[in-house]
Amino acid sequence: MLEIADIAAGYGPVRVLEGLSLKVPAGQVTCVMGRNGAGKSTMLKAVMGLVRVEAGTVALEGQRIERLEAHRVPGLGIGYVPQGRRLFGDMTVAENIAIGLRTRGRGAATRERVLDLFPRLRERLGQLSRTLSGGEQQMLAVARALCLEPKLLMLDEPTEGLQPSMIALIREVVLRLRDEGVAVLLVEQRVDAVLAMADRVAFMTGGHVAEVVPAPGLTPEAPQFVRYVGV
Amino acid sequence: MSFGPYLLLAVLEGLVSAAVLALTAVGLGLVFGVMRVVNVAHGAFFMLGAVIAWMVADALPGPPALGFAAALVVAPLAVAALAAAVDFGVLKRLGYDPDATIVATIGVLYIVEQAALSLFGPDARPVQAPFNLRLQLPWFGYSGYKLAVVAAAVVVLLAVWLVLSRSRAGLVMRATQIDGETARAFGIDTDRVYAGVFALGAGLAALAAVLVVPIQQAHYLMGGDPLLLSFIVVIIGGLGSLRGTVIAALLIGVSEGVVSVFFSPTLAKILATLLVALVLVFRPQGLFGRRAA
Ligand SMILES: Nc1ncnc2c1ncn2[C@@H]1O[C@H](COP(=O)(O)OP(=O)(O)O)[C@@H](O)[C@H]1O
Ligand SMILES: [Mg+2]
Repeated sequence: MLEIADIAAGYGPVRVLEGLSLKVPAGQVTCVMGRNGAGKSTMLKAVMGLVRVEAGTVALEGQRIERLEAHRVPGLGIGYVPQGRRLFGDMTVAENIAIGLRTRGRGAATRERVLDLFPRLRERLGQLSRTLSGGEQQMLAVARALCLEPKLLMLDEPTEGLQPSMIALIREVVLRLRDEGVAVLLVEQRVDAVLAMADRVAFMTGGHVAEVVPAPGLTPEAPQFVRYVGV
Repeated sequence: MSFGPYLLLAVLEGLVSAAVLALTAVGLGLVFGVMRVVNVAHGAFFMLGAVIAWMVADALPGPPALGFAAALVVAPLAVAALAAAVDFGVLKRLGYDPDATIVATIGVLYIVEQAALSLFGPDARPVQAPFNLRLQLPWFGYSGYKLAVVAAAVVVLLAVWLVLSRSRAGLVMRATQIDGETARAFGIDTDRVYAGVFALGAGLAALAAVLVVPIQQAHYLMGGDPLLLSFIVVIIGGLGSLRGTVIAALLIGVSEGVVSVFFSPTLAKILATLLVALVLVFRPQGLFGRRAA
């Protein structure tokens, strides 16, 4: 589905990503782990066109996208859940959803499907999103991305700061999308959450992917967790 | 005339300035709120609206109402188009850097003023009001046109509010204002939003100027006061708050009207400046603004 090949990217003169390659197949959850500052968030921004890709290629279903203007990327079917949620805080839940529905998706049908996944959001449609609880905000961030009916869903640390019940809900949604054939790229720092969701795990360090391991071969004691994440 | 009617007259005059000021300041506030650009050329866009209104009215034969109506359409559109060009040609190239755009809009101010001076000349020129109705109150007669200006401003401000809060375009503008990067990640072409907002802001200033020009003549230096007062209103009202901007415009406009009538216009300016200083010290986010999170 998504193929990142040997890209370099960064902020102004500072290069953060160098020689990074990663494939994200459809119908699988590809988890990305790595220490703070390894460049995980920057990689997702590079795919979204929010950070300029200076070398290498990014392809979605074989179509090159690394030179596209950022606002043309999501319409191709990429849903993005940024780190820290980045909701439109002074907008209501319904308005955040409406932003998601603008570009892609099948309007009311998509909206109903997404709200069925998160009934708590349906009860709070008129509420300002900055007044939601942390868990509800994360649900909304995921819901907003799902409104694009994504072929590729990218989530940046969605379980950060959430209670176990919320993490379980996120997991349920991620696995359901995977089973529907969506390619999921999930940046996740919690070993238990990774082991519960991943089909493959990519370990990042110093701005590139050092190792990709099939999840069935991983246990909580795997040496990669110590080497790349430090847990 | 005894005190009561005198006060009524002062309040009416104040309402007229408040109406014009609210339109102008909302334009400035929108641009700053969405784009984080301090548009020093806002007063120049105001002036250009008045000058174009005079040119249109002067070029059209026939009754004054016809010329005025044409000016009401042509001047805001022309100024909005110029602003969109400035956005595309200048501000976008600067990456909307907050400091660089201040300097750039100072340049635009100077160019627009000099262009107006050479094309329009140094003289103040009147535009005839579209109608000459006088409303006879028990104590004095009052210009029906001035009351129409207030009504027009109310209608336009309501329309702006409706667009911002209820329409798709408004949703997109608010998303861009709150978080441009995330807006792009959801398919919003923020460059187009910026061009549109800059054009809308300038168009509102031009519209205010067309409304004012039958009351106060067109002159190439007339943009200074509206610029200063708009900044005052936007600061007092709270950046990014439409409601705050309108209320602050009422406060400044009406109190200036009253103070000018009973004391002096200079004292009115001093008091407005003092009020800004107080707001900046004690409530820097403005009366109706929320503190940045
Ligand atoms: N907006 C930015 N401007 C400059 N440097 C940045 C910016 N965002 C992140 N960085 C730098 O890029 C590096 C990678 O950051 P990031 O991709 O956020 O890492 P991770 O998500 O893996 O923790 C860090 O050194 C960080 O300081
Ligand atoms: Mg990160």
